[in-house]
Amino acid sequence: MSKRGAPPEVNAGSMADIAFLLLIFFLVTTTIETDAGLDRMLPPIEPPDTDVVIKQKNIFEVNINKNGQLLVEDELVDIKNLREKAKAFLDNGGDGTCTYCKGQKNPESSDNPTKAIISLKNDRETKYSTYITVQNELVGAYNDLRNREAQRLFKRDFTDLEAEYLNPETDPARKEDLKEKVKRIQDLFPQKLSEAETSSGN
Amino acid sequence: MSKFAKKKDAGLPAVNTASLPDIVFMLLFFFMTVTVMKDSTLKVENVLPNASETKKLEKKDRVIYIYVGAPTSQYISQFGKEPKIQLNDKFADPSAVGDYILQERAKKPQELQNVLTTALKVDKNANMGLISDIKQELRKVNALKVNYTTYEGDAFNNLQ
Repeated sequence: MSKRGAPPEVNAGSMADIAFLLLIFFLVTTTIETDAGLDRMLPPIEPPDTDVVIKQKNIFEVNINKNGQLLVEDELVDIKNLREKAKAFLDNGGDGTCTYCKGQKNPESSDNPTKAIISLKNDRETKYSTYITVQNELVGAYNDLRNREAQRLFKRDFTDLEAEYLNPETDPARKEDLKEKVKRIQDLFPQKLSEAETSSGN
Repeated sequence: MSKFAKKKDAGLPAVNTASLPDIVFMLLFFFMTVTVMKDSTLKVENVLPNASETKKLEKKDRVIYIYVGAPTSQYISQFGKEPKIQLNDKFADPSAVGDYILQERAKKPQELQNVLTTALKVDKNANMGLISDIKQELRKVNALKVNYTTYEGDAFNNLQ
C-alpha cells in the first residue's frame, strides 16, 4: 500500500493575490462620497394665471453683484449679517396675526411669516461660491426659525426631524407621524425664496 | 558537533501568511460596502463649494447629474479655459441640457419619472451666468427639483 495520509492540501498561496486584485479593482471603480447639498425648487415657467399683488414690505430683496457684494433692502450688508437680517424679517409678524413670532412687530417689515417672501437676484458674473454662501445663509435662517418652533412643540430640532423623515430606513409607521410634524413646522415658516432671472450685468 | 551545525542551517522561520487573504478580503468587503460605483469620468474641475445647511441625497436611482467647471488640463487645448457643462461623458452647450434631462427621464421607471432630482455639481469658480442658463433649461422641461451639491463645511470658507 502506498502512503495514505490526509488528502494533499490545496495551495492557497495565491489567494491573497486574487483578493488584492479584487480590492484594487473596487478601489479604482468606486467613489466614497455620499452626496449632500442644498435642495431648491425652481419656479415653473408658466406664470400663474392670477396676478398676485404682493406688498413691498413683504418682500426681502437680496441682490448680489459681480464682486460678491450684497445689497439687502437697498443697503450694503456684510454676508455674515445676512442670516440675522433674514431672520428678523421672517420673524417680524408686523400685523399681529402671528402668535408664535418673537420679532419686533415692526409695521414697516413683513406682516406674517406665511406672507414673507425672500427675493434673490444675482448678476451673470457672480461667482457660484458666493451664490451658494448666500443660499446657505437664507436656508439657514429658515432652518433656525423652524428649529426654534420644533423645539417648542416637539422638543427636537426640525433638521433632525426632517432627516429622519427622509431617511429610507425609517419605518413607515414612524414616517407617518414624522410627516405630520414636518408639515406642521413647514406651514409655520413656509420657504418662499424666489429667484428672479439674472440681470445681464455690465 | 553536528548538533550545533544543524541549528545554524535553519535560519529565520518563515512568517505565516495564511491569514493574509482573510485580511485582504476584509478590506475588500469594507470598500465594497462603503463606496458606490463611479458613473462617469470627470472631464472638468469639480471643487464644490461648502455649505452647512445641507440635506443628503438619498436614493441614487432618482438623481440626474450635471457637472459644470473648467475643463481639466488635458482638455484645455481643445475646449479652452472657460467653465463648461459636462453631461455623461461629453461636453455640452446649455441648450443640450433640456434634451439630456428628457432622455435620462425616459430611461427611468415610470413611477420615478415625477420625483427626479437634478443634482448640479458645479465648481466653485464657475459664473452664475452659466448656471442661470441651465436653470432656465431645466424650467423649460419642468425639472424643477434641483440640488446644489456641496461639501459639508462652513459656508464662509467659500469667500476666500
